[in-house]
Amino acid sequence: MLKLNHISKYYNTGTINEMCLFQDFNLSVEEGQFVSVVGSNGSGKTSMLNIICGSIPIDSGSIYIGEENITYMPEFKRQRRIGRVYQNPAMGTCPHMTILENMALADNKGKAFNLLPGTNKKRIDLYRDRLKSLGLGLEDKLSVKVGALSGGQRQAMALLMSTMTPIEFLILDEHTAALDPKTAEIIMELTGKVVKEKKLTTIMVTHNLRYAVEYGDRLLMMHQGRAIMDEAGEQKAALCIEDLLEQFNAISIECGN
Amino acid sequence: MTLIMGIFEEGLIYAIMALGVYITYKILDFPDLSVDSTFPMGAALTASAILSGVHPAAALFLSFGAGALAGCVTGFIHVKLKVRDLLSGIIVMTGLYSLNLRIAGGRANVPIFTQETIFENKFLAEHIPHSLSPYAMVLILLVITIMCKVLLDLYLSTKSGYLLRAVGDNEALVTSLAKDKGMVKIVGLAIANGFTAMAGSIYCQHKGFFEISVGTGTMVIGLASVIIGIQLLTPESGSSMFSHLHKKELRPTTAVIIGSIVYKACISAAISMGMEANDLKLITSILFLIILIVSTERRRSVKGHA
Repeated sequence: MLKLNHISKYYNTGTINEMCLFQDFNLSVEEGQFVSVVGSNGSGKTSMLNIICGSIPIDSGSIYIGEENITYMPEFKRQRRIGRVYQNPAMGTCPHMTILENMALADNKGKAFNLLPGTNKKRIDLYRDRLKSLGLGLEDKLSVKVGALSGGQRQAMALLMSTMTPIEFLILDEHTAALDPKTAEIIMELTGKVVKEKKLTTIMVTHNLRYAVEYGDRLLMMHQGRAIMDEAGEQKAALCIEDLLEQFNAISIECGN
Repeated sequence: MTLIMGIFEEGLIYAIMALGVYITYKILDFPDLSVDSTFPMGAALTASAILSGVHPAAALFLSFGAGALAGCVTGFIHVKLKVRDLLSGIIVMTGLYSLNLRIAGGRANVPIFTQETIFENKFLAEHIPHSLSPYAMVLILLVITIMCKVLLDLYLSTKSGYLLRAVGDNEALVTSLAKDKGMVKIVGLAIANGFTAMAGSIYCQHKGFFEISVGTGTMVIGLASVIIGIQLLTPESGSSMFSHLHKKELRPTTAVIIGSIVYKACISAAISMGMEANDLKLITSILFLIILIVSTERRRSVKGHA
């Protein structure tokens, strides 16, 4: 269970551009829940993910995983339990290293990075199997550098790598936004499969309303640092794209657009 | 003949330093200026150590350790105190200048001509046949340089080495792997400056003296070697779709060593064409500029084709 309690976050504190993003923001995510998050630009979706992962500090409030207070835990330590896929496909892999080396790196997450050989030869078949499950033919290109792959292939690898070791949370930050519609579809299907298989608690930010409706068992709509819509269970299942669009229009009118 | 031997000797000594610069510049993407002072630090330490009776070979390891420590300081200033990379190097470089003078006993010049070194000692005099002795220095240097190269290659293929390569490639991934990217950078800087100081130690034993100004331009020489080796000599290194076709491409560490020798050859060619020894640093920097321009031109044309 992930809990954000009374989070406040200001940007550009003390300057003329001071902006309050979150004021007394609260969110709790049950174990095993798959939350889709939608919302306009600047509504705080990505900031929320950054706060959960520890990429940006908060001004007040607290963050809990279960009973453990992780508010002041550095980002890299939190990542032990979190897998994260970014919007930019280049963020999840090392372009100058080969597919095999990238897989070996990801496989070693949570273990010591010592002076043993970087690639355990006994694991290569396993990596091949995993890559095969992507259906992109990457299993035959183990010695190709990841920088030579397309965005979709890289994003598929990033998803695979971030869920390779046992993690509790999967954080998806518009991870299909930079891909063409067909590739986005493939990646989204993979995501659904991985989340189901590993029973991961997932938070997915997306601009694609259809994905938000189709995937996940809870839906959040963010606006100006608040969740203006929060449906779970049957209400969420009953939602359709039109409902979301209507809500979107309502908040846009409010803003004067 | 002596000219060619000289090129190989100096080239191989600086190759060890260039391996260090390869780590910082190419792998970590960190312009580390502290090498300008860790090189003479190795030399100063070696001169003092040998004069006080330390075994010349032990002086190599001593220098490596001291260099690594200096690299840690640069890394600490950058990572923990959040000073920009270039400035952290400059701070350490400037501070070490005084420290180096202290290590050398307050003197800017310390001769060790009469002492035993790794190149001139009883063991070698007894065991190297007379016919080989003109080549002894090059052979010893070749052995040391290749040992350094092999060790570095081995390290880069370990888990820790993978992480080092990852941090220069994509910092965010290292964080995703639940590792502190700052610590990885410090380790990389330590190894790089260790190699540099060891090269300084060998330089001192080769020339037979320590001189405070030997470090000036170390960074430039190292960078030039790395760029010649990797960008000019290797056939389009990096992300080629067909890289599995020419599997036998030059390892970057080998390329750096060759680059260092080529660079020294260019310098001595310039001098033998009538430039004065006083112009050495000017030649060094102009040659570096030419190399930079050629390599960016070349990269542009490669990109254009792709």
